[in-house]
Amino acid sequence: MSQMLSTNAQAKPAPSGQRDIAGDWSSDQEVFKATHWGKAMMWIFLLSDTFIFSCFLTSYMTMRSSVTEPWPNASEVFALTIAGQAIPLILIAIMTFVLISSSGTMAMAVNFGYRRDRRKTALLMLVTALLGATFVGMQAFEWTKLIHEGVRPWGNPMGAAQFGASFFMITGFHGLHVSAGVIMLLIIASKVARGHYDARGDYSAVEIAGLYWHFVDLVWVFIFAFFYLW
Amino acid sequence: MATVTIADDLTPLHHPKTWIGKYVWSLDHKVIAIQYSLTAIAIGLVALVLSALMRLQLGFPGTFDFIQPEQYLQYVTMHGMIMVVYLLTALLLGGFGNYLIPLMVGARDMVFPFVNMLSYWVYLLAVLVLVASFFVPGGPTGGGWTLYPPQTITEGTPGHQYGIVLMLVSLALFIVGFTMGGLNYVTTVLQARCKGMTMMRMPCSIWGIFVASIMALLAFPALFVAAIMMLFDRLAGTSFFMPAIVSMGQQLGHEGGSPILFQHLFWFFGHPEVYIVALPAFGIVSDLISVHARKNIFGYRMMVWAIVIIGALSFFVWAHHMYVSGMNPYFGYFFATSTLVIAIPTAIKVYNWLLTLWRGDIHLRVPLLFAIGFLFTFIHGGLTGLFLGNVSVDVPLSDTFFVVGHFHMVMGVSPILVIFGAIYHWFPLITGRMWNVTLGKLHFWITLLGVYSIFLPMHYLGFLGVPRRYYALGETAFIPASAHGANESITIAALIVAAAQTIFFANMIWSLFRGPRAGHNPWGAASLEWQTPDVPPAHGNWGPRLPVVYRWAYDYSVPGAARDFIPQNEPPADGERHHPT
Repeated sequence: MSQMLSTNAQAKPAPSGQRDIAGDWSSDQEVFKATHWGKAMMWIFLLSDTFIFSCFLTSYMTMRSSVTEPWPNASEVFALTIAGQAIPLILIAIMTFVLISSSGTMAMAVNFGYRRDRRKTALLMLVTALLGATFVGMQAFEWTKLIHEGVRPWGNPMGAAQFGASFFMITGFHGLHVSAGVIMLLIIASKVARGHYDARGDYSAVEIAGLYWHFVDLVWVFIFAFFYLW
Repeated sequence: MATVTIADDLTPLHHPKTWIGKYVWSLDHKVIAIQYSLTAIAIGLVALVLSALMRLQLGFPGTFDFIQPEQYLQYVTMHGMIMVVYLLTALLLGGFGNYLIPLMVGARDMVFPFVNMLSYWVYLLAVLVLVASFFVPGGPTGGGWTLYPPQTITEGTPGHQYGIVLMLVSLALFIVGFTMGGLNYVTTVLQARCKGMTMMRMPCSIWGIFVASIMALLAFPALFVAAIMMLFDRLAGTSFFMPAIVSMGQQLGHEGGSPILFQHLFWFFGHPEVYIVALPAFGIVSDLISVHARKNIFGYRMMVWAIVIIGALSFFVWAHHMYVSGMNPYFGYFFATSTLVIAIPTAIKVYNWLLTLWRGDIHLRVPLLFAIGFLFTFIHGGLTGLFLGNVSVDVPLSDTFFVVGHFHMVMGVSPILVIFGAIYHWFPLITGRMWNVTLGKLHFWITLLGVYSIFLPMHYLGFLGVPRRYYALGETAFIPASAHGANESITIAALIVAAAQTIFFANMIWSLFRGPRAGHNPWGAASLEWQTPDVPPAHGNWGPRLPVVYRWAYDYSVPGAARDFIPQNEPPADGERHHPT
């Protein structure tokens, strides 16, 4: 009888192994024990967003393999001429490096958030936002360069019209994600700096923003691989 | 990390003081649910009128001058899109999902009430943009609810200038709004249940809504992407879906796109969408049958797993809508197989509903009547689905009235009957008043017999080869004169059914003000939503203390119990046998 009434309210050791996963899913109240609601919700949102980017990239790949005109050569289109020397993919390499570095600073910010280190958390989030803004700025530069070279959504001098269309659509959609992330980071960083989270003793917002930020970086890796390296 | 527990206090709840704060900009899931439902029903009535206009044209061609081919195509398109997305999805998930989830799992509200409120307002915006398309030059889009390119955005299709743009924008908005709601529904079910409420103690309604919300979060992205790409095709001159075309003697500026890509994206959304509508209906009907037959649902675990399996399988069947699209014919083998496999979990559910009724203490009240009506229409529509799932049978039936009859039976009428049953069932909880039973039964019989006399003859028309979406049959020699007679009788039945819905609304409004007081738990239901301290439930649902759950939601007619039901939150009596769930 007492077993029947037990409602799993007692603190349990950290889950490990399949048996504990099954235990969490068959327990009452929460499936993900001691997990912030916002964090659970962010993970589910990211799963949904993954499907959006998957659809974009799958459509792009389908299109690319069925277009009637040749696809422009990525290493020529995305080359920068520096000191009279055309260097393929140099700008994208730098952009990718900047974005991956921002994931590093974000991870450090989350780490200091766990330790309730207000100053360092805010500072590192600010650095992350700056790196993200730099990424968007370089993307704007890249768009400007391509537009000057005659690339438009409806056509381009190098080959299949779908190149420009999918380039602007996919990098644009990703750029919007980064921009939204930068705004979110700035808002949360200012809240951290003002001590908003110390009052409630809960730095979860930093970690949730971090989840989103790492996701946006991960998506970029796929765009980089499928768009620029293919 | 600080953690969030489901604290037993009311402090985090926002308590508005003004009327506007309570009923307009409300954070309360119950008010949001009613806002969602009323908006969905209002736009659904527009779609009902459109269908009546379509039937007028088909039944009496040439009689109504104001219905030209362009208008007819616009009616078809808007009727389909509104019914599937803006009525059924919004009402079942936004309406019933919002109302029932927190009450049935024992939460005070959704986990993020503000996001939940935002979800409704974005949905309302989507509806307004959709309605606006009726008033722009050229009218709404007439490309068919599937919006297939290239014809949807090329000259000659009604609404190709502005209507289609507003349609796509409205869909994108709907998806954004729904995502906010869907995240809330899923997170609330996963993380905000009360003490003792395990997943396997949740009522089937919650399981249906929960799985459908997950599916919607994964399926709507494909439609979102398709809508954005078609917007670019229409507005920026890209060629995602547009091949090289000569239209009206002119070479269009498009080249190299793939119309089939759109169909894949659309149906990767479109097929799960069928089950996004069907699964909540499955869940709700299980509860209606169990409560009114005073018997536990037969094979609860199987019912739950069937919902989960149907949800998963529905992501692998989309191309059965495309057998005649020109895709690789070998795909047909795979998609026909996966489609027919779904019949297994679905049949499990149907048998379990029947076995729940078997030897139950059946109270033929209005909600149960609708639930039994659902069993008929659903079995009927499911069996014709087996015809259409097979490639070789589907090819001659494609784009005929057989298809129209099939999907209206299985995903039009069936969920609508469940929605009616559910409204009759939960109205006493929502308003505290009972319905007029006689009017309710009248509404049921006219609706059930009416929909049969509408959709049964359509199968016959389909076998004759009558094509769907045609403005008039014209000089089609292979169609016998009897088809015209059938069309006339279908139209008359459709008008009667449409008119009979006034009984429903009159009854609803009368009951709202004059209906007898329902009191506490008038059906004797065991599930948690009927055990609130106040009827209708107050803001915060549970008063000072959250409920504690000790059993599943189906303890009906338990031998030896004092009453013929035991509420979920009633502690076990001494010596009571422990139920495995």
